[in-house]
Amino acid sequence: MKRWFEPVTTAWLGVVTHKLRSFLTILGIVIGVAAVITLMSIGRGAQQQILSNISSLGSNLITIRPGATNFGGVRGAVGSGSTLTLEDAAAISEQIQYVDTVAPTYSTSFQVVVGAQNTRTQVTGVTTGYQDTNNLKVADGAFISDYDYQRGAKVAVIGSNVKDTLFADTDPLGQQIRMGNYVVRVIGILESKGLSLVGSADDAILIPLTALQQMSAQTRTSRGDHVVSSISVAISDDKQATYVSDEITTLLRSRHQLGPGVDNDFNILSLQEIASTISQTIGTMTLLLGAIAAISLLVGGIGVMNIMLVSVLERTREIGIRKALGARERDIWGQFLIEAALLTFAGGIIGVGLGWLIAAFVNRTGALSTVVSPDIVILAVSVSVGIGLFFGFYPAWNASRLNPIDALRSE
Amino acid sequence: MIRLENISKVYPMGKRKLTVLNGVSVNIERGEMVAIMGPSGSGKSTMLNLIGCLDKPTSGSYYLEDKEVSRLNSGELAQVRSQKIGFVFQSFNLLPRLSALANVELGMRYAGGVDRRQAREALEKVGLADRTSHRPNELSGGEQQRVAIARALVKNPPLLLADEPTGNLDSHSGEEIIHILTSLHAEQGITLVMITHELKIARYCQRIIHFSDGQVVKEEKV
Ligand SMILES: Nc1ncnc2c1ncn2[C@@H]1O[C@H](COP(=O)(O)OP(=O)(O)O)[C@@H](O)[C@H]1O
Ligand SMILES: [Mg+2]
Repeated sequence: MKRWFEPVTTAWLGVVTHKLRSFLTILGIVIGVAAVITLMSIGRGAQQQILSNISSLGSNLITIRPGATNFGGVRGAVGSGSTLTLEDAAAISEQIQYVDTVAPTYSTSFQVVVGAQNTRTQVTGVTTGYQDTNNLKVADGAFISDYDYQRGAKVAVIGSNVKDTLFADTDPLGQQIRMGNYVVRVIGILESKGLSLVGSADDAILIPLTALQQMSAQTRTSRGDHVVSSISVAISDDKQATYVSDEITTLLRSRHQLGPGVDNDFNILSLQEIASTISQTIGTMTLLLGAIAAISLLVGGIGVMNIMLVSVLERTREIGIRKALGARERDIWGQFLIEAALLTFAGGIIGVGLGWLIAAFVNRTGALSTVVSPDIVILAVSVSVGIGLFFGFYPAWNASRLNPIDALRSE
Repeated sequence: MIRLENISKVYPMGKRKLTVLNGVSVNIERGEMVAIMGPSGSGKSTMLNLIGCLDKPTSGSYYLEDKEVSRLNSGELAQVRSQKIGFVFQSFNLLPRLSALANVELGMRYAGGVDRRQAREALEKVGLADRTSHRPNELSGGEQQRVAIARALVKNPPLLLADEPTGNLDSHSGEEIIHILTSLHAEQGITLVMITHELKIARYCQRIIHFSDGQVVKEEKV
């Protein structure tokens, strides 16, 4: 038997000779670790789910919308555009690095008629890049093509909600929608995807921007630029989101001739930045929950200390015998400390197993998704061992200080 | 081997002091086999514990192999115990949850490392080769004491101390134990100091030291 192994086997013997007591001793640790693992796994799960939801909207997407940002502020020079323009979009596309696709949109409301259905609703003129920037998938048919765009074809791609309300019983593909004085033909239906930054794509009626310009006089600025409702920018590198946002802000401020101290007349939203903000917030919440759960670890540690003190008392004679055989203080001290650490280590491992099971069960129910990540497991187990060492210290020290003769006389 | 010079041991009992050893001076040669006799409470065990470095004298000097050990700290005393001294107690003092073999191995644990083969040999020497895996409560008193002797001797200490080793045994088992001890002494030349109440047992030794009220009252050669 190797020398370093002996203290561990001795300590292990101490643990297994009192199986039930050892188990009850570490129950606090088990529950504490399981609670930490479960809560942290739920937190991590939520974090990942939200992040993957966001990235399904396009994590490389930056959206710019005209903003009513000058509450009481001083507006810039006369003629500076208070809204976004097609020309802004072109400038972004030409002048800013890491920009892949720029997709301006222009929305306006139309009286929309399909059969007996007659509603006033928003119609959005888009470029072909809009599909990419907003990560839209076509469930049926096709998206607006370059050809449609160039000739201003009267075609529409509709969201799933629109399909349900306007075409409850029929296949919308190829069907006609009346918009004011014009008729457009449905060529595609989008896959449902829930909320996005630019309103729900499920409620959208998309037509080529060029067609919309023919169907409705597009508002112009005093300079004659074409006003748009939003500009979506897809960037080539997620990590550059902040850089690109800053560059766009600088460019637009100069194009809109906003002097220093004047608020932006647009809002710029980067999914990446939103994602990291949300992720950070959830991370903090998760840590907080974990910390609360860790309090039970502390209580468990006090339980370990209590039992170790009893154990030292009970084994006074054994300590005396070992000392008579030549055990030094640190041999005795080490034995009890290792025993405490072994107990809480076992508690940590069982707790991780239990937490894992609970997390898997929660996952199964489908209510919440959970992710048990290795760093939390390692952290939980090492914290338990640390607790064993901390709370085992005093009992072990007590044991090592016993006078050998008194110890031998005990009982 | 052992030189005690004017050793006294005083226990404070509240305001009064209890003098258990009162100026004891004893010499024991290397390879000697010595019995200590005397009435109960006369301080025999206290002296043996001092010789065994389990305790320190209140005053006086103790030289073990010409080295003064009465001034050592507890760590150094533990070192001396582990290397030089084997103990055998009246009440055996085996660890109840360990097998005979594991108890013997414990004797080497703090003396440089466990060697299972050596532990087996030690059990063979005391005639317990077929009892290695028995727990103490599965052994007779005599067998338990033989395990204790194997445990004390497995690390080959120069000094063996026995505090009434036959005190808890019937006379037959007691004889067995004393035969084992005398043959160990004869074969290995170990120095043996033994407390006993039985003159019959003490006669196996070369010298008997008589104790009374914390003092040596008579020494006789056998
Ligand atoms: N730790 C102690 N505190 C006070 N008195 C003690 C202590 N240990 C032993 N004694 C006393 O010392 C005396 C001698 O004890 P001991 O050496 O065990 O006697 P013996 O072994 O000769 O029967 C006894 O009266 C005992 O009560
Ligand atoms: Mg005694």
